Amino acid sequence: MANLRPLLRRSEFDLAHDSLRDLNLYLHKQAAQDGVSQIEVKNPDGAHSIACGLDADLDVQIHGHVGYYVAGMNKHASVTVHGNAGPGAAENMMSGRVHIRGFASTAAGASAHGGLLIIDGDASLRCGISLKGADIVVGGSVGSFSAFMAQAGRIVICGDAEDALGDSLYEAVIYVRGKVRSLGADARFEPMTDADRTALKALLAQSGLAHDPAEFRRVASAKSLYHWHADADQEY
Amino acid sequence: MTGPQLEESVGFDRSTIEYIQRAAATGLYEIRGLGAKRRVPNFDDLLFLAASLSRYPLEGYRERCATKTVLGTRFATRPIELAIPITVAGMSFGALSARVKDALGRAATEVGTSTTTGDGGMTAEERASSKTLIYQCLPSRYGFDPDDVRRADAIEIVIGQGAKPGGGGMLLGQKVNPRVARMRTLPEGVDQRSASRHPDWTGPDDLVIKIKELREITDWEKPIYVKVGATRVFNDVKLAVHAGADVIVVDGMQGGTAATQTVFIEHVGIPTLAALRQAVDALDDLNMRGTVQLVISGGIRSGADVAKALAMGADAVAIGQGVLMALGCNSDTYVAGGQHVSAVEDYARLGTAPGFCHHCHTGKCPVGVTTQDAALELRLDPAVGAKRLRNYFKTVNMELTTIARACGKQDVHHLEKEDLVALTVEAAAMAGVPLAGTSWIPGQPA
Repeated sequence: MANLRPLLRRSEFDLAHDSLRDLNLYLHKQAAQDGVSQIEVKNPDGAHSIACGLDADLDVQIHGHVGYYVAGMNKHASVTVHGNAGPGAAENMMSGRVHIRGFASTAAGASAHGGLLIIDGDASLRCGISLKGADIVVGGSVGSFSAFMAQAGRIVICGDAEDALGDSLYEAVIYVRGKVRSLGADARFEPMTDADRTALKALLAQSGLAHDPAEFRRVASAKSLYHWHADADQEY
Repeated sequence: MTGPQLEESVGFDRSTIEYIQRAAATGLYEIRGLGAKRRVPNFDDLLFLAASLSRYPLEGYRERCATKTVLGTRFATRPIELAIPITVAGMSFGALSARVKDALGRAATEVGTSTTTGDGGMTAEERASSKTLIYQCLPSRYGFDPDDVRRADAIEIVIGQGAKPGGGGMLLGQKVNPRVARMRTLPEGVDQRSASRHPDWTGPDDLVIKIKELREITDWEKPIYVKVGATRVFNDVKLAVHAGADVIVVDGMQGGTAATQTVFIEHVGIPTLAALRQAVDALDDLNMRGTVQLVISGGIRSGADVAKALAMGADAVAIGQGVLMALGCNSDTYVAGGQHVSAVEDYARLGTAPGFCHHCHTGKCPVGVTTQDAALELRLDPAVGAKRLRNYFKTVNMELTTIARACGKQDVHHLEKEDLVALTVEAAAMAGVPLAGTSWIPGQPA
């Protein structure tokens, strides 16, 4: 329920004692007004929806593991999780930066429209599903069906990819450094261009990674599913 | 001399032969708009038992009959308050033009009800014209924007649609113009296939958490609706209640669509009548009637339909196809410069005629309703459309209150199942009301 108690100026929340509602309400309604730009969150203990719906230039540092939808629908803010994240980290992010220092569960960055999501470890199934313009950099490997129906944006995978990478892609581009177990329907490997290498170098640098862009391959849409036609392979 | 032998087969009639031969020629299934055309048990199969010696009617034009409807009272701190229990169903910008969305908002605002976005995001026009706007969160998440979440009056998580439960949306390339493409982050002209599953959650346990996220983002202010296409309604409604929905929208198989496979429209899902009864049973089973509100949609046309839906236990209805028809869908004319202009030749060019058209998917709507074509969309003046829709809703509401008064109700929400009987055994079984002239409800002990 909405908490209508007056909120005191805070730069630290301990979820062992403070409620999630108090934290999010403060981040939404009062932090920027109070001139607080950095907020520490302790003992998240796997709670869901921490720091979701932010709409201000805040720096939120979460010390521990988080549940579903951390930094969901983020705008402007920078959110760092010093731990692992549950499903839907930074889902539908519009702008800003979300950094998962550990591993991320399913659907990381789902339908994100903008901003940068960095995952230092591995990401599970459906990473970048329905991506709409954000950038995702995964330091480790990704699970099956990553970038499923991704429409725009870029996904950098420094490790391996499981099955059906880039299934039903639209205009999003994937850069993958390791092995790909299989590509999804309508996804194909394409030659890396100078523009790809330049963009990739910048994304790696933003994410604090030193890999050589020459080690990556590009995956994009063959665009054969863009229009219905009678001879299309119906097995996809 | 004997005439030609013209004995048509029941199993392979002319339309079936045409279907097989078209499939053989093209290798493609048919895609079309609007809803199921086959006959299924529906609200026409119910009748009201109005006041008599054992019931006391209200004066038709004098005594007050309230229509106020409040939705979203369970958890939201700002429930939706409507003047009438008749709302505009979710229809996308993309399926409809921005001018049509504007007209829907104007009319809904004038009569004190809500309108709903669709697959493709919220347009500035509809937000500006709609006093109460429900923002859909669909599997595709096309144009889904937290700013619009904050601008909306309620959020509707769409699990499925009555015309195609289990299927994703479709918008063929001819309707993906530059603005639609930009809003959906798609290439112009692409045949767009929406996802059928939400990208970031997969089942009822996840839905609990998704709803909680939306509540956190909106600071628990806005009602959260959950919309399901009518299939396993009893279970789905219970799961939606457990997931924390404030309002549940159940869309029966007669519900419309802008473009879907015909086989889907005609063969998947259950009739609205059966769906409504199952939904009410589920709420009753959980003792949640009145706590979680129920909106029913799928082929609602008239005040009689609304009255029957409310009597069966719905709190409100949502109308889609009827709204489009009020604007001029399937009319033989459109209005330009204050004059009616014939659109019959344009229907003929699509291979159809007024009264039969379901060609929303082509984007060549002869009356400018389901189009993104710059010239065709001008055939619907938002002011004219809004006036027609206001008149339609006003008529439907007057019919509703007429029936309610005749049944002796001072509030349309006082209509009850006891006021209804069924004309057919099928409708009696589906609706759970007695066959007319008997006390027999099929499937229930005497």
